[in-house]
Amino acid sequence: MEKLAQYALRLGDDALILGQRLSEWCGHAPALEVDLSLANIALDQVGQATHFLNLAGAIEAKGRDGDALAFHRDVMDFTNCLLVEQPNGDFAQTMARQFLYAHYQHLLFEAMRSVQDERFAAIAAKAVKETAYHAKLASDWVIRLGDGTEESRARMIAGLDWMWRFADELFVMDEIDEAAIKVGAGIDKPALRPAWDARIDAALAEAGLERPASRRPVLGGRTGRHSEHLGHLLSQMQFLQRAYPGATW
Amino acid sequence: MAQSWTAGASPASAAPAGETPTVQEILRILANVPDPEIPAVSVLDLGIVREVTADRVVITPTYTGCPATLAIEQSIRQALGAHGFAHVAIETVLSPPWSTDWISEAGREKLRAYGIAPPPKGTAAASLENETLAECPRCGSSNTEEISRFGSTPCKALWRCKACQEPFDRFKCH
Repeated sequence: MEKLAQYALRLGDDALILGQRLSEWCGHAPALEVDLSLANIALDQVGQATHFLNLAGAIEAKGRDGDALAFHRDVMDFTNCLLVEQPNGDFAQTMARQFLYAHYQHLLFEAMRSVQDERFAAIAAKAVKETAYHAKLASDWVIRLGDGTEESRARMIAGLDWMWRFADELFVMDEIDEAAIKVGAGIDKPALRPAWDARIDAALAEAGLERPASRRPVLGGRTGRHSEHLGHLLSQMQFLQRAYPGATW
Repeated sequence: MAQSWTAGASPASAAPAGETPTVQEILRILANVPDPEIPAVSVLDLGIVREVTADRVVITPTYTGCPATLAIEQSIRQALGAHGFAHVAIETVLSPPWSTDWISEAGREKLRAYGIAPPPKGTAAASLENETLAECPRCGSSNTEEISRFGSTPCKALWRCKACQEPFDRFKCH
C-alpha cells in the first residue's frame, strides 16, 4: 500500500477499533444515559472510520472499499494505536482511555481541517464537531469519578494507570506521517502534545488526581505489532464475514 | 429562470421561486420527505439538501455515523421515483459540514411543536462550555437543566424543565 493510503488506513483503524470497543458497552453501561452516550460515541467513530477507510481504499485503487478493509484483514494488517484496542475494563478504565484518546483526536482534527488535501480536510471538519462532545464527556467523567467517592477515585486512578503507557504512541511520527505532510495531508503530531498535556492536566487537577508516573511507552500498533486483545476483538467484529465471506443483505 | 436551486437561495420551506418548473417540482417533493428519526421535519427543513438541479440532488449527512443517512437517501430515492424522477442522481458531499444553523425557521417551529427544543442559532461554533440554557418546548421556561449530553439520536441531548418538571429532547447545537 502506498504511504498516503497507509496514512488514511491508520486514521480509519483508530476510529474503527475504538468504535467497536465502545459498542461493547451497549446494554451494559452503569446507567441508561451512559449507555446512550457510549453507543452514540461508538457510532460517530464508526462513521469516521467509514470515511477514512473508504478514502484509503480509493487511494489504494485496488477495488477495496471500507467494508473490505474492515472485515477482510487479519490482526497484523491493522494499524490502529494500541490505546484504542485496550479492553474496556470497568467504566473508569473505559473513561480513562476515552479521555486520553478524545483530546488527542479533537486536537488532530482541529489541525487537519486546514490541510491542503481536501479529502482529509473535509472528513476532519465534519468529525471535529463530534469529537468536541466526546472530549467534553470524557473530561466530565474523569472529574466526577476522580472527585467522587473513595471507590470511584481508586478506580479512576487504576484506569489511568492502565492506559497511560499507551498515550505516547499517539504522538509518534514515522515515514508514513512525514510522507503525508509532504503531500499536504499530514499533521505534525508532536506539535499537538503541549495542548494535549494542558487539557489533560487541567482536567486531572479539577479531578484532584495526579498524572500517573511516567513509564516506558509501549509502541507497535502502527506497524501491526498488537496486544493480545485485538485478535479477540476482530474475531467478534469479523465473525460474519469470516463465516460467510462476501455475505450481503 | 435559474437552472438550479442552492440551499439558502430561498427559505427552504416557502414556495420555491425563480427556478425551472422541474427544479421547483423536485423541491416540492423533497419538502414532503420526512426525516426518518424526526418525522415532524422534512429533509429540506433540516438543511440536509444542499443543491437541486433537473437531474441531481446533493445532500450532506448530519453526523458522520448517523444511521439515518442511508435511510434518508432511500426515502428521497423512493419519493423521486414515485413522482417520475427516478433518473435524478443523489450525491452526498461532506464539505462544508452540516450545521444546525442550516435548519430553517419553519423547521425550528416544527421541532418545537413536536416537543424538541430547537438548537440556538448562530452558536454552532460556540464552545461547549458556554452553552445557553434550553427553552422548554412545553411551557417556554428557561429554568432547565441538561440530564445527558447524548440522547436518543446523535443529534439530540436530554434535558429537564425545572418549571413544569417535564423531560424533553434538545436538538444539539452542531
